[in-house]
Amino acid sequence: MSMELRTSPHQVSDRSVERIMKHVVLSLLPVCGFSVWQYGLSALALLLVTTATCLATERLLNRAAKQPSTLNDWSATITGVLLALTLPPAFPLWMAVVAGFVAIAIGKALFGGLGFNVFNPALIGRAFVQAAFPVAITTWVPAFSAQRFSEFVPTTLTAPLMMPPDIVEWIKLQAVDAFTGATPLARWKFENVVASSYDLLTGVVTASAGETSAILILLCGAYLAARKFMDWRIPVAVLASAALTAWMFQLYDPAHYPAPTFVLLSGGLMLGAVYMATDMATSPVTPLGVWIYGAVIGVVTVMIRYFGGLTEGVMYAILLGNALTPFIDLYTQPRVFGTRQQGKKK
Amino acid sequence: MSLPNQADEGITFDTFMEGVWRQNPVFVMVLGMCPTLAVTVSAVNGLSMGVATLFVLVSSCLLVSLIRHLVPKEVRIATYIVIIATFVTLVDYLIQAASLALYEALGAFIQLIVVNCIILGRAEAHASKNPPLKAVVNALGMGVGFAIGLFALGATREILGAGKLFGITLFGDNFQPWVVMVLPPGGFFVLGGWLLLFALLRSRKEGKVQA
Repeated sequence: MSMELRTSPHQVSDRSVERIMKHVVLSLLPVCGFSVWQYGLSALALLLVTTATCLATERLLNRAAKQPSTLNDWSATITGVLLALTLPPAFPLWMAVVAGFVAIAIGKALFGGLGFNVFNPALIGRAFVQAAFPVAITTWVPAFSAQRFSEFVPTTLTAPLMMPPDIVEWIKLQAVDAFTGATPLARWKFENVVASSYDLLTGVVTASAGETSAILILLCGAYLAARKFMDWRIPVAVLASAALTAWMFQLYDPAHYPAPTFVLLSGGLMLGAVYMATDMATSPVTPLGVWIYGAVIGVVTVMIRYFGGLTEGVMYAILLGNALTPFIDLYTQPRVFGTRQQGKKK
Repeated sequence: MSLPNQADEGITFDTFMEGVWRQNPVFVMVLGMCPTLAVTVSAVNGLSMGVATLFVLVSSCLLVSLIRHLVPKEVRIATYIVIIATFVTLVDYLIQAASLALYEALGAFIQLIVVNCIILGRAEAHASKNPPLKAVVNALGMGVGFAIGLFALGATREILGAGKLFGITLFGDNFQPWVVMVLPPGGFFVLGGWLLLFALLRSRKEGKVQA
């Protein structure tokens, strides 16, 4: 009788990087589809341009570093799609190219590629264009305008390096009733108007291309979590800590601070919690660390929204969480099985 | 970085070119980063800061070299700082008299030339060991290299951040300025870009020598 001897690991997993990434891209398709349905050609062009830029940059830098192509691990695709979803739908395409290049070149390749990046590349891209083009990134357009499938929003096709045209007149022509040009968060912050939870859930509000329908994002996230392509603890921790913080503020002063449901459903919190914070390369790996990481993101998001100059804080909250990740991992390492707990004698 | 001791060599073209290219203070030694990052929001600011530093560098190196046998070793750093501070005060008043706008744009960074490590570094590593003429030529090269560095950064940031160069509009009125480029992060981005370019050029050159 012969016996086959093998070294560990004995349990073979088929969860490769490519497979996980491919499923994340698949799960993003409904969100992208909804965005295109809402905003039409402009959103579609934005998605295609950022993704193409990210892929091209990745290929170019692979070649410059004389490395084999890393296009087929799908990570650059995810960066491109996520980047488009965080940008306003009518964002000028040439700025989207800048954002895509910065995301891959500075956010990822500079650190040594996938797995070595400290920050979420898509958010680095967005943070750069937010600092570079503060007006364009806060120019919002109404959803479901009549000609959205036949014509672009004028700002989308701005000539490279040029300033996007003023679209106040164009928005008036769309005859969308009572469009204020402000996101629900901005309306709460500056006008004290709280949007209805139903509108926020279904996504019929003014926002970035992909941060509108909370239900859709949650469903896609649930699929990923169920297939174990994503750590479910991170979105749960982010949302729970944001809700808890908001609830405490509301208890303190109900007239000034909105309900936790508004905080959860508005802005990019859903998209950020489900797709950005869960990026495997930039989130902690220890079970306790994941909860701390999520909690930090949730609290910081609410703090920036309530006390910061910006209306939305998810991006900076996640980037801050990313920066804390190595630190969190270092201090939350679980006890190795069979060893004594530190500090305890016998 | 240890600087080579060139006490016994005569003046060569390399005495000058060392600071411009091989040991460029901004792109190779990465010294004096405080003014480099802070004042280079426009080409004019960068260039005038560079010229001011050049003047202080050359004058103090000349003086340090002239008195190099008189200064006791124990107090040499204090002596250098007094000499440098004298010339900085001179430059400070000169700029204030020439252009108040420029003086306000450069702000405290003119006075801070006193603690610019390029100047003290040159005085200590080169001028205190070499005859006056050689010290001046070397300081001139370093100063020119520093000025080129600041100008390169300032021009890049002005072109991207305002669409202008020396205040002249380049791309028409519709240009979209990259606001981030005139903010502090932009300084780091542009400096990183230039360092990358220089590293690339140098590695190419070394590759050729080996091949």
